[in-house]
Amino acid sequence: MSPDAIAVQFLNGLAGASTLFLIAVGLSLIFGVTRIVNFAHGSFYMLGIYVAYSLVARFGGTVLGFWASLLVAALAVAVIGVVVELLLLRRIYHAPELFQLLATFAVVLIVRDATLALWGPEDLLGPRAPGLKGSVEILGRQFPQYDLALIFVGPAVLGLLWLVLTRTRFGILIRAATQDREMVGALGVNQAWLFTAVFALGAFLAAFGGALQAPREPANLGLDLVAIGEAFVVVVVGGMGSIPGAFLAAFIIAEIKAMCFAIGQTTIAGVSFSFSKLTLVVEFLVMAAVLIWRPWGLLGRPAAATRNPAEIEAPISPADARTRRFGFAVLALLIVLPAFAQAFPYTLVLSIDILIAVLFAASLHFIMGPGGMHSFGHAAYFGLGAYGAGLLVKQAGWSMETALVGAPLIAAAGALVFGWFCVRLSGVYLAMLTLAFAQIVWSVAFQWDDFTGGSNGIVGVWPAPWLSEKWAYYYLTLACAVAGVLLLWRVLLAPFGYAMRAGRDSPLRADAIGIDVFRVQWKAFMLAGLVCGVAGGLFAFSKGSISPEAIGVGRSIDGLIMVLLGGVQTLAGPVVGAGLFTWLSDLIAREFAYWRAALGLTILVLVLAFPLGVAGSVKRLFAREAA
Amino acid sequence: MTVLLKVEGLTKSFGGVRAVGNVSFEVTAGELLAMIGPNGAGKSTCFNMLNGQLAPDAGSIEFAGRQIVGLKPRAVWRLGVGRTFQITATFSSMTVRENVQVALLSHHGGLGGLWRRARDAHVDAADRLLERVGMREQGDRPCSVLAYGDLKRLELAVALANRPRLLLMDEPTAGMAPRERVALMALAAEIVRTDNIGVLFTEHDMDVVFAHANRVIVLNRGQLIAAGAPDAVRADAEVQRIYLGSRH
Amino acid sequence: MKRLSTTLAAALVAMAAAGTAPAQQKPIRIGEINSYKAQPAFLDPYKKGMDLALEEVNAAGGIGGRKIELVIRDDGGNPGDAVRVAEELVSRERVDLLAGGFLSHIGLALTDFAKQKKTFFLATEPLTDKIVWQNGNKYTFRLRASTYMQAAMLVPEAAKMKKKRWAVVYPNYEYGQSAVATFKEQLKKAQPDVEFVGEQAPPLGRIDAGAVVQALADAKPDAIFNVLFGADLARFVREGNTRGLFKGREVVSLLTGEPEYIDPLKDETPEGWLVTGYPWYGIDTPEHKAFFIAYHRKYNDYPRLGSVVGYATVKALAAGLKRANSTDTEKLIAAFRGLNFESPFGKVVFRAQDHQSTMGAYVGRTTVRGGKGEMKDYKYYDGAKFLPSDAEVKKMRPAD
Repeated sequence: MSPDAIAVQFLNGLAGASTLFLIAVGLSLIFGVTRIVNFAHGSFYMLGIYVAYSLVARFGGTVLGFWASLLVAALAVAVIGVVVELLLLRRIYHAPELFQLLATFAVVLIVRDATLALWGPEDLLGPRAPGLKGSVEILGRQFPQYDLALIFVGPAVLGLLWLVLTRTRFGILIRAATQDREMVGALGVNQAWLFTAVFALGAFLAAFGGALQAPREPANLGLDLVAIGEAFVVVVVGGMGSIPGAFLAAFIIAEIKAMCFAIGQTTIAGVSFSFSKLTLVVEFLVMAAVLIWRPWGLLGRPAAATRNPAEIEAPISPADARTRRFGFAVLALLIVLPAFAQAFPYTLVLSIDILIAVLFAASLHFIMGPGGMHSFGHAAYFGLGAYGAGLLVKQAGWSMETALVGAPLIAAAGALVFGWFCVRLSGVYLAMLTLAFAQIVWSVAFQWDDFTGGSNGIVGVWPAPWLSEKWAYYYLTLACAVAGVLLLWRVLLAPFGYAMRAGRDSPLRADAIGIDVFRVQWKAFMLAGLVCGVAGGLFAFSKGSISPEAIGVGRSIDGLIMVLLGGVQTLAGPVVGAGLFTWLSDLIAREFAYWRAALGLTILVLVLAFPLGVAGSVKRLFAREAA
Repeated sequence: MTVLLKVEGLTKSFGGVRAVGNVSFEVTAGELLAMIGPNGAGKSTCFNMLNGQLAPDAGSIEFAGRQIVGLKPRAVWRLGVGRTFQITATFSSMTVRENVQVALLSHHGGLGGLWRRARDAHVDAADRLLERVGMREQGDRPCSVLAYGDLKRLELAVALANRPRLLLMDEPTAGMAPRERVALMALAAEIVRTDNIGVLFTEHDMDVVFAHANRVIVLNRGQLIAAGAPDAVRADAEVQRIYLGSRH
Repeated sequence: MKRLSTTLAAALVAMAAAGTAPAQQKPIRIGEINSYKAQPAFLDPYKKGMDLALEEVNAAGGIGGRKIELVIRDDGGNPGDAVRVAEELVSRERVDLLAGGFLSHIGLALTDFAKQKKTFFLATEPLTDKIVWQNGNKYTFRLRASTYMQAAMLVPEAAKMKKKRWAVVYPNYEYGQSAVATFKEQLKKAQPDVEFVGEQAPPLGRIDAGAVVQALADAKPDAIFNVLFGADLARFVREGNTRGLFKGREVVSLLTGEPEYIDPLKDETPEGWLVTGYPWYGIDTPEHKAFFIAYHRKYNDYPRLGSVVGYATVKALAAGLKRANSTDTEKLIAAFRGLNFESPFGKVVFRAQDHQSTMGAYVGRTTVRGGKGEMKDYKYYDGAKFLPSDAEVKKMRPAD
């Protein structure tokens, strides 16, 4: 590779850095001020490019018309952001931590289908930017004028934001709120309007980032998830709430990617290695490395203890007689369910999926609720269990039964390794490190064709003959799910569970009474991984195949949705949430063509009706009645 | 009189600012030692070094003849040093009794248990501790609904769970009504007497200090400027200069 | 005129059917599973094609007096859900057979499901070779020309270019990998002195087009083999055009001539790429004309390749069901082996040896006409001619 080639690739990296920075910076602002993990950020980005496409098609013929179109597109999306904040988020700021994530997830689903309905399924490639259509020659290579312009847009936006943040009252408030939310209240500022304004600014920046891409890539329906993934990585690597950090992170990631493509296929120590394939996961490798080295990102600061405005959860207690009776009734119903298989044959199929989801969600809740460790990458252990089971059968020649025992051990081993790194962190950084590990596991499964079957995965993983009848497999799943959930509940009521909650409630006090919080959390992580691995193993055999989706971000998010929907502050929450979400998804996907939007709307209704999660709110209702 | 805690040449700086400089003192069993000084004198920094939360830049801390610099808070606790915090640190998702039970379980090495119910463990011992601080009736209440003064008393019960020989109390009466303050310090004094332990406490309220402390040490800008019996310290010219007008 | 006659015929058939008892027979139910909302650009037209053929088949009296009914399910784009809806279709909806699939891994999961549950499955869209070879089974047939076939179709023309230095670019997953592997292997056979000087495998849907284009240019190839599609293709083409990557270089590109992928490129469509695709604007065989007119009349839109596949799916199933004269799985399998049916691309056969249909594809050069991307100089390549020998198939495919 010539130095010239590297130099021009460096410029490519700079253009990419500007793009990434614009995607990410709004997310960083929103998180810094409101502490909302805004999944809809990618949707704002996608809407930005779609709206810009439509406007540019009409007014984009002139230089002025083109740039005005981009700005108007971003403003239009900012208005949508305001609507989302006012109608939705404002009602749930006092819900338990992370609950707002549910609402923004619903927004993602709705925006995706609305975009499909409005703009159609086809990719929409906009025209080139007037005045910047061609290329300039740099070191003997053609470099697009537009990319050159992009290189300057990123730093320009950074500069503008810096001015706003340091020279205006609004900016000073944003900075103050990022450092200490309560201080802003003390300054006599209307916090609600500050949140709305910041949310609008964040949406504007995301949409502007999207609009700027209109001349470079087609508007398409996959952009929301791509953008949100990249945005989170950049924000976390840079340090949540740090705008220069986001810029630095965008620069580093974009340059590393550009260099991976520049190196391409290379032979290292006799082994041919494709660096371009590394770009599948390189940002997550960077994120994992940065978080291990600097737990608050490159330029971030340790977050002040989050003073969550939500109510503190009530002490947990063993089920009372009424709850027990209800539990036994449900269990009895589940046991006799196969008797109705003749009349409702699908019930067993769906129930197996629900039971697996229950186990998955309960294990996530275990570390996320009482453990206080929000995992955005719980699919890693599900996937390790599922792949473990598949590989033990296919590669090691184990029987199905032994593989089902081996699978959770593999998942627990994964949790052992990843947990050691993760539990040193806290809050969103912990969440993102779990995600990074999940993505790394995912990419290995995706890429290791000879061993894991690559993107196709492993097929032909079916249960042993004596379990191949649906009812038999159902009972196996039921037994595992009930045992797993009861075990987790029991542990939560046992001293270890109290030690976990002690570490969450007050690490300071826990340490001062002799609790090794790190060790407790690490063990909790492993136990959750173990139970999650059971779910993964059961999943593999129930489907007969296993593919990288089992480890994908989508599954991790599903887990979060289940736990939050059910209510993170109750033991029954994950069970109710998993059942409800799996059942609803199945039903809605069948009954509605635009099932994403329908599911999103349903979740919104639930979010607004049950701000403590379904189980949480129902429990509250009963508690009031009893009082 | 056994020396429980022996601090020598304790020093800590933050980014070039010396928070605590060359501080030395001792705490003996059966004594209530007050550490006083204006805001920013280095009292909390000093406390945080004593129980292992902060590593000192220099100096030695001996507890019961054993060097404890470098030990983690949980190890210091295991040696028999209890602590309460300026801003109370309790487990807000548990009941009052459970807070104490967790400490007792930890003391007895039972927190690894995965099966036995935690709420059935050490119930009597927990109630005795709560009784001692006057919180027994509130044992079943969620910790999150307690009044601030009650939280302070609960914290004391938690700190006593491992039968400490030395108790570090950082502003134990902050935020309390005057009557509560007197009661709490009387309780502390009684514990010192009956259990023959040492107590080191910081306090803003001079009435509390001079009513209860056996001895007083005074910090100012990280330096130890006076030490001795309450009356002697009260008469000290430098102490008077520092506190003149700063007493509110 | 034609419309009138089909309506008349349908009415006659309906009347005739009404008079006989079998007309009261319950319909044949076909369970169809696809990633409708995950891949709408391809599957919207696909569904339209299916609906059109369904209408035609039922208007013509159905199969042995029984109407055909489609029970359609969205798999949400993941294999786990696909298997669940497959079970739902089989157990609750009691469908007689399954069809569908777009993404390779879902296709494979359903293939294996069919084997396990001994259910007939027609894999319609997925391209992976494994469906009929490495993971092939008795119960699964596949309609569309596979990755291997499409890559193989391009090799003879690519070899004629006599370019020595080739670079390849493909999305980093099974489809891209196996297309490149087939292309490399076959081109080396046809042209032993060929040299592969650059290889770029960006993640699907997330290409850094600028960096990829420049890296390819820096490898100084004489020709490029491209497997990118969808949004990645559009980004790649725009960057490549701006940076002059395609100037003086031959480009051979898989699927790019399909309307789904070439239409979004509009005037950005590069000139003279050798591609596989579907030039709906210029196929004047009677089968295609009839299909085109019917499609256009029903939807007031031109068909995409997905429409052809969807349409052919129902036609193939109808033909198979008619031949089997039963919905029994074993009889269906026997009927599909060697089954002939009429597709918009002409006569197609399901090969007995590997259950792959011989449906082909059009190979031609890209061009821009009236601001739109099109194919020119195209020719239909019959899939039958681009499949490995029976001996090779036997080696790859497990015995039933």
